[in-house]
Amino acid sequence: MEEFNSLMQGFSVALTYHNLLFMLVGILLGVLIGVLPGLGGANGVAILLPLTFTMPPTSAIIMLSCIYWGALFGGAITSILFNIPGEPWSVATTFDGHPMAKNGRAGEALTAAFTSSFVGALFAVIMITFLAPLVAKFSLKFGPPEFFAVQLLTFCSFVGLGKGHPAKTISAMMLGFALAAVGLDTVTGTLRMTFGTSELLRGFDFLIAVIGLFGIGEILLTMEEGLAFKGVHARINPRVVLQTWAQLPKYWLTALRATLIGCWMGITPGGATPASFMSYGIAKRFSRTGEKFGTGEIEGVVAPETAAHAAGTSALLPMLTLGIPGSPTSAVLLGGLLIWGLQPGPLLFVEQKEFVWGLIASMYIGNIAGLLIVLTTVPWWAAILRVPFSIIAPVIVVICAIGAYTVHNAMLDVMLMLVFGVVGYVFKKLDYPLAPMVLALVLGDMAESSFRQSMLLSRGDVSIFWSNGLVGGICGLALLMLFWPVISKLLARLRRGNNELDEARPVE
Amino acid sequence: MHDSEHADEASRRGVSTKAVEMVVAAIIFGLGLVVVFDSRRVGAGWADDGPQAGYFPFYIGLILCAASAWTLLRAAFSDHAAGGVFVSRRKLRLVMSVFVPSLIYVIAIYFIGIYVSSAVFIGAFMYWHGRFPWIKIIPVSLLVPVSMFLLFEVWFLVPLPKGPLEALIGY
Repeated sequence: MEEFNSLMQGFSVALTYHNLLFMLVGILLGVLIGVLPGLGGANGVAILLPLTFTMPPTSAIIMLSCIYWGALFGGAITSILFNIPGEPWSVATTFDGHPMAKNGRAGEALTAAFTSSFVGALFAVIMITFLAPLVAKFSLKFGPPEFFAVQLLTFCSFVGLGKGHPAKTISAMMLGFALAAVGLDTVTGTLRMTFGTSELLRGFDFLIAVIGLFGIGEILLTMEEGLAFKGVHARINPRVVLQTWAQLPKYWLTALRATLIGCWMGITPGGATPASFMSYGIAKRFSRTGEKFGTGEIEGVVAPETAAHAAGTSALLPMLTLGIPGSPTSAVLLGGLLIWGLQPGPLLFVEQKEFVWGLIASMYIGNIAGLLIVLTTVPWWAAILRVPFSIIAPVIVVICAIGAYTVHNAMLDVMLMLVFGVVGYVFKKLDYPLAPMVLALVLGDMAESSFRQSMLLSRGDVSIFWSNGLVGGICGLALLMLFWPVISKLLARLRRGNNELDEARPVE
Repeated sequence: MHDSEHADEASRRGVSTKAVEMVVAAIIFGLGLVVVFDSRRVGAGWADDGPQAGYFPFYIGLILCAASAWTLLRAAFSDHAAGGVFVSRRKLRLVMSVFVPSLIYVIAIYFIGIYVSSAVFIGAFMYWHGRFPWIKIIPVSLLVPVSMFLLFEVWFLVPLPKGPLEALIGY
């Protein structure tokens, strides 16, 4: 019941007049960001972060997290109406969402998408409410080796759960770590990889990387695909909404599975994108109408949207409790915490109760408000996408440039943003994953310091990482994740060798 | 694989994925070497007071080299891993038509400030890509920088790079 009381206190923080206003602004901006190509949750929040430096941290995080919810909602609009996933996690939504829209069921598809996003997010928030304090309390016992083990698990999960080739995932990740190491080493005061230039003293800021990789890179990619957006007109009226809502309870099992997948993938940093694909795949396999998936099945919209939102939301759990973000956007929010002078991690729940519970309460309100806002304003957002790309593209480049400049008031950062844009474009085309690179850039210093502290404790003996059950268990899990691509291949081969019939059965 | 590439040459000609894949892997390998050598320079071992500055990055560099070497070899010896065209000439021209103006825009910010260069950039982009009439170009390309100016300089008091024009009106 302690959680319940804290949550109520949180509501009293979140429900103040100006926090509600920030919430509203956040959601509207978020949907806009989610709808526009080249702007997404991660770089949208990164661009707006400098504007919040002077705000009280609680209001700032409420606004920025609402941008995140808004972006999650907004991705569905472009996927369904335009067959253009505004965000990577809504790619799976296009499979059934767009066919539905073409069959004249756009309103139904949008209602289903928004509602199931809401349900996924709601369950994830409830989970955060009750699980986060426990995790935080538990992790108070963590020492440096345990923290390093959890970080190791984070990064190994990318190799195990990611779609890309392991070598590329590892390259991207290590590149992030290497960039994080550039600059002044705070422990010994040594300059690393600055090559005598004073500009590199500060190192590479991950906000610049995020804006370049996701913003400029995305614009370049979109440009390649040509400029025309062809959309389906959408009208949502209350009758369609109510009719769809009446239909949705039928899919409770799909939604439940999707929520579980989403929460799991959000906490272990698989992220929203693989969660949505996995959920779509599993729904297709288990559904009675599975063979019709892809032609406009409402269940094919429910599954990925629920999972994406559940994952996107639960990615905040490890960010708040351990200081280890589960997705690029939560990594940017983590960067925000550091800038506002808050130390993320287990102590946050003890020292900054008002902040944490205000944020959690705002997740409830923000998602309800988000659902109502998107349901009522869909036509406007669709209209924004009818603005020609030749206007949207330069405006987004301008916004990215401003965002990059305001981080440190440095022109070099704007140049670096362009460089990261090219890197993002090339990496996307070659299937190098960007999320592990960004996360490594954010967590690099933290991972390094916990590694060093562990090494100090053990006087350079690596066996400290399996010196007790807890740290050994986490490291074991990390290694399992790291070698998962190899293990799963071996398992598949074994199974095929043993029994040909097994192929037809769903593999759990 | 040659037959399929002859099919419609005009749109398919361009840089091969294999070449780009190998070049990128080689660059990453090079960066890995830089990390390794620089870590050695600052000391990748153990000092009296604990690990030296290069202790952690040294291993990062080693893994980076190993992973990129793996990618490089995979691209070099397997057509399956990296086939096809990375970007056709037509698409490359489209991408460059965004990138080159953006580059000029960023350089221009140094000299004439962000507001004036944004107006010119948006206007030029609309003119060349959208073929808009001037009657639409002028309001849009002025409205965006002016609203930016109000938002940043006036309301949020965040200073952005400014040039001679802003100095003229007292900012």
